[in-house]
Amino acid sequence: MSRPRRRIQRMIDFVRLPREVTVCLCIISLCDLICFSWDETHFGKMGSYYINRTFFFDVHPPLGKMLIGLAGYMTGYDGTYPFLKPGDKYEHHNYWGMRGFCASLGSCLPPFAYLTVLELSQSLTAALITAAVLAFDTGCITISQYILLDPILMFFIMGAVLSMVKFNRQRYRPFSAPWWFWLVLTGVNLSGALGVKFVGLFVILLVGLNTARDLWSLLGDLHLSLMDFGKHLLSRVFGLILLPLFLYVTIFAVHFVVLNKSGPGDGFFSSAFQSRLIGNNLHNASMPEYLAYGSVITVKNLRIAGGYLHSHWHLYPEGVGAKQQQVTAYLHKDYNNMWLVHRPNDSDEPDLVRHGDIIRLEHKETTRNLHSHLHEAPLTKKHFQVTGYGINGTGDPNDLWQVEVCGGQKGNLVKVLRSKVRFLHRATGCVLYSSGKTLPKWGWEQVEVTCSPYLKETPNSQWNIEDHINTKLPNISLSVLKPHFLEILLESHIVMIRGNSGLKPKDNEMNSKPWHWPINYQGLRFSGVNETEYRVYLLGNPVIWWLNLVSLGLYVVMVAAASLHCRVLLEGGGLLLLGWLLHYVPFYTMGRILYYHHYFPAMLFSSMLTGKVINLHPKMNFEIGCSLFSSSVYICFSLCLSKPCSFYMFHPLSYGMRGPLAHDPDSTMAGLKWMDSWEF
Amino acid sequence: ETYGHPRLLFDSMLTSIKLPIVIRAEINLVLVVVTALGLLSRLYGINFPKAVVFDEVYYGQFVSLYTKQVFFIDESGPPLGHMILAFGAYLGGFDGNFIWNRIGAEYSSNVPVWSLRLIPALAGSLCVPLCYLLVVELGYSHLTALGAALLFLMENSLIVQSRFMLLESVLIFFLLLAVVSYLRFHNAQSDSPVRLAWLVLTGVTCACAVGVKYMGLFTYFLLLGLAAVHTWQLIGDRALSNVSSLGSVVLMQVVSRFLALVVLPLLLYLGFFYVHLTLLYRSGPHDQMMSSAFQASLEGGLARITQGQPLEVAYGSQVTLRSVSSKPMPCWLHSHKANYPIRYENGRGSSHQQQVTCYPFKDVNNWWIIKDPGRYLVVSSPPRPVRHGDVVQLLHGMTSRLLNTHDVAAPMSPHAQEVSGYIDFNVSMPAQNLWKVDIANREAEQEVWKTILSEVRLIHINTSAVLKLSGSSLPEWGYRQLEVVGDKIYKGYQPSGVWNVEEHRYGTSQEQRERELELHSPTHIDINRNLTFIAKFLELQWKMLTVKHEDSEHKYSSSPLEWITMNTNIAYWLHPASNAQIHLIGNFVTWTLANLALAVYVLLFLSYLLRRRRKIEDIPEATWCQLLQAGVVCAGGWAVNYLPFFMMEKTLFLYHYLPALTFQILLIPVVLEHLHTHMLRWVPMTRLGLGLNPVTLLPFS
Repeated sequence: MSRPRRRIQRMIDFVRLPREVTVCLCIISLCDLICFSWDETHFGKMGSYYINRTFFFDVHPPLGKMLIGLAGYMTGYDGTYPFLKPGDKYEHHNYWGMRGFCASLGSCLPPFAYLTVLELSQSLTAALITAAVLAFDTGCITISQYILLDPILMFFIMGAVLSMVKFNRQRYRPFSAPWWFWLVLTGVNLSGALGVKFVGLFVILLVGLNTARDLWSLLGDLHLSLMDFGKHLLSRVFGLILLPLFLYVTIFAVHFVVLNKSGPGDGFFSSAFQSRLIGNNLHNASMPEYLAYGSVITVKNLRIAGGYLHSHWHLYPEGVGAKQQQVTAYLHKDYNNMWLVHRPNDSDEPDLVRHGDIIRLEHKETTRNLHSHLHEAPLTKKHFQVTGYGINGTGDPNDLWQVEVCGGQKGNLVKVLRSKVRFLHRATGCVLYSSGKTLPKWGWEQVEVTCSPYLKETPNSQWNIEDHINTKLPNISLSVLKPHFLEILLESHIVMIRGNSGLKPKDNEMNSKPWHWPINYQGLRFSGVNETEYRVYLLGNPVIWWLNLVSLGLYVVMVAAASLHCRVLLEGGGLLLLGWLLHYVPFYTMGRILYYHHYFPAMLFSSMLTGKVINLHPKMNFEIGCSLFSSSVYICFSLCLSKPCSFYMFHPLSYGMRGPLAHDPDSTMAGLKWMDSWEF
Repeated sequence: ETYGHPRLLFDSMLTSIKLPIVIRAEINLVLVVVTALGLLSRLYGINFPKAVVFDEVYYGQFVSLYTKQVFFIDESGPPLGHMILAFGAYLGGFDGNFIWNRIGAEYSSNVPVWSLRLIPALAGSLCVPLCYLLVVELGYSHLTALGAALLFLMENSLIVQSRFMLLESVLIFFLLLAVVSYLRFHNAQSDSPVRLAWLVLTGVTCACAVGVKYMGLFTYFLLLGLAAVHTWQLIGDRALSNVSSLGSVVLMQVVSRFLALVVLPLLLYLGFFYVHLTLLYRSGPHDQMMSSAFQASLEGGLARITQGQPLEVAYGSQVTLRSVSSKPMPCWLHSHKANYPIRYENGRGSSHQQQVTCYPFKDVNNWWIIKDPGRYLVVSSPPRPVRHGDVVQLLHGMTSRLLNTHDVAAPMSPHAQEVSGYIDFNVSMPAQNLWKVDIANREAEQEVWKTILSEVRLIHINTSAVLKLSGSSLPEWGYRQLEVVGDKIYKGYQPSGVWNVEEHRYGTSQEQRERELELHSPTHIDINRNLTFIAKFLELQWKMLTVKHEDSEHKYSSSPLEWITMNTNIAYWLHPASNAQIHLIGNFVTWTLANLALAVYVLLFLSYLLRRRRKIEDIPEATWCQLLQAGVVCAGGWAVNYLPFFMMEKTLFLYHYLPALTFQILLIPVVLEHLHTHMLRWVPMTRLGLGLNPVTLLPFS
């Protein structure tokens, strides 16, 4: 084949058909939807925060929300829509830009999958089947219609896989321009995937394993000198580790630069961090410099995302220590975080508190004293319980605490914000401690505060004075040590990881289990419950999902048979199977709450494998089992033809439906409720 | 074939008798010595202290229950471990009469302390020669093997753990024996019956290890993986498979390995449970966690009540309905003479009808009568059975209220309907008291509702809500009993919405007064019912895996990271007066050496691997294979027994690390021998290799 003809061939290969199909499918219905749904409240709101530049806290890295905010900004959304509860109408707000952005990224998935499978299998049929599978899947369409992180995440994952496969194909032309291009593009996509959600780690693992295998074969090639091997190694380190790391850090840098106003996420971060935010009371703070008697203060735990010492009118319930007022650590700023500093006797002459002084802390709202005694703490049974006790400041000797500045000596003054302080209980000798464990419902899911008899110096037992109000003392402007960027980065990651693992299923909530997902056991209700409402239900096209499941099994059987017979592992498909495993299996070990949509990245891989499996059979020319495989493969193929049909049947799920529920014969979904667990 | 004929057989026997009878014994004196040392260190004075030491308080109660043959559930592990400890109790003639409630409590004179602690101590001391044998089987010298045995012998934590009635030493014994016997099998050349015996022994010991603690699974999987690789190599061995007669040999090998390493352990595991369930036939403290059917199979307890009940539930039957779900606790459908408060604390209103709850104790108010709507309350003759799909009413025996639900929010779960006891007082609320019987585990459409066996959903006719245990408990006005609701969005199979009839009799009295008397009198008729072993096994195993204790933090609990550096210890026992103490703490030198050996091994392995890839062969192929195998067993054994703990959420202790430590200790002499025989020779040749290699510097820096 001559060069130009090959180029034409390539152009034809680049069939835009699947892409156009999805683009149409997605965009058609987009503007019909006037109310927003489910997680849109969440991520839409965060898009607004970016436009308003207010600081917030979320368990996912910022890139996805940043892009949503950018898309909204470009299309004229002003960030004023409140995003209160699912199902509200958008009215005059310009929301189509944000949805259109997500939809257009979502519609890139079929063409990406198409190109990937084309590279892996060199077969147009396989590629077209894959593209069709993704294009006609109701789940993929539903999830990419709304302002969610998942279409953006899947875009980057597919981008990374595609460029990795392209890069593998350049193996025989190392260090050429396309080689570098695909290498760098892989790195960029990896940082994108990780920047949207931590699920991106799995695709990084996939690319990492692929690269390790690649390097291993290069190392075994004795024609390659060690010098050349070193070049290969270094270029990959640059392209797949350093570059993504740099981009990832840049994303966070942009995030922190853009969000410079105080907002709802402040309390999750340390005092030093908060001083960066305009509007926060610590920004350009001016307050009395040294802690004094008679001051009103807030006390923050030094553990990252540690929370403020907090109390409220509620008592510890029956059976949990003494039935006295609860003392907790609370992450949000609140009136109930205020404490008054007193001398043990009630004279409040304005004097400064020194290292070693005995004080009494009175809760400002409820006038109870911070108190501890020899009852065991609610969760950490080795520690003592901390309560609020007494009334109007009169209590008992168990209310006395000794202030110690960490590393200080007797007589040292306590600096607001900058001193690390410990509070030692006079009577029992224990130290005020925040265990980081979340209390049950009776404690409003706030963090436990205890008194620890172990006097080890850990951030859990160290506190700092954050707000400090004392009218009798002169305010001094404090230029708090501005934290270093890397410190902020580390802190925000720890806060995010804590937040992620803290997302536990509630008691009455139905938690989705990973084994539900591949068999399409149960979907996710996006909006609308009743007959009169406009309902959207996230559920994969069952024909396609079950086909995926079958082809997964088929692939494993084929590989086993092939390797037993001629001991050759099949190329290409293994990568996809590995991708599926990496994006699916880890969910079994996760303790956090899981949702149906977590399966979608894995579903991309299994869809690509489907295309690959259907294409495999002509190559399997050995006698054993060949007829068996080809017959089953033809069954699959006929199933594929049913994809558009099944899509037509199930399309109301994604494009929304009104009217009676599926058990009613008049419904658009009548007769399609194949599993009892589907809720439409 | 020569012995096929009886005559020939006889001849050959004669000839063999003519020979002088000789026993030629080779005794490895080193092995004998280390065994003796092991026995000495583990057995010396094991009846001191004569008090409960640490987890003996936990295992002891099960031993007591075993000796009394009372059924119990221990969710921490399979029953073999308790059985072994109970065997010690049996040998010592323990009668089970001791209250295990406090660590440090003095044993009374009827407790045979010595024999209770004997078996773990024996297992612990036999580990010492096993270490020796394992290193020999790995292909290292006897000096190295002696080193391994001595290191193991002098490991304080292992000594402490072996000397009390605890299970870790038994587990480690089985793990080591499994590995040794597998290696024996693998190293044996010919296809002799002895070789097969080693294979079978591997399977048996694996099953025992898993039977003692679930932790044994890790090593079992490691051995399975190793066996799979060896078998795969066998299949791929063209020299064997091309010759057609040898093809069947390969097949035989594969099948025998599968039988011995997969099927046999599974059967044995079932066997442990079979013995467990056969031995423990009396009802006991954990009965309530099991289903009614299971309880009925135990002697005493529920069986005494249910024995002789009529099987088929009929119209007019008097029944108690037990919730199949035992979360938060097992309970029976209940009603009593108290109404829902007119207004709840949060201002919501109720129907002010009679409360229906779920009550976790036996009570006369748990009795309900199955009533055909609009008919009488006695069982006709012959009894008319209730079938799947029938519509019934449920009448509360003591108060004559009908089970009712309606569109009023339930007290604790406002998304569900309130369930009440209804009687027609001409108030504005209509009766909605018809329920459809839906047998969840039916085999035929027209199946009859059976006592104990049938799991039934009660579906409300008017609202299609399902009678369900919500899981929350009512406040003071509901006497803190459990809330029962009508769930409209019920779907699939949830145990909380399924009920079974536990106590049952045919009602005979028409009059309310007589009926109440009838309810107070115990049931009597006779039918026997038995559960198959498999059904019992599945239920017990499922309960063991799913029942969870409240995670309570322990004073001596630790995290896996602290184990490596031995940054933690456990105080096992403290004499209240003399302040004598026993602590579980490791030998610092051994732990450090073991960590060092692991690091050196990893470095060695990586550098050899990379250099071999570049076709630089520092060591002969055989040595490389030997090193690899030692790595899989020792480093692999350490990894599989240690790393999974990072993912566990249960309370962990230092003693969980001991199996991993055992394998890690074995690595010390192995690495030392390798360094001694190969590195000393290799050092001058570094110039030829990759240049500066960190490994070469390590032993000399």
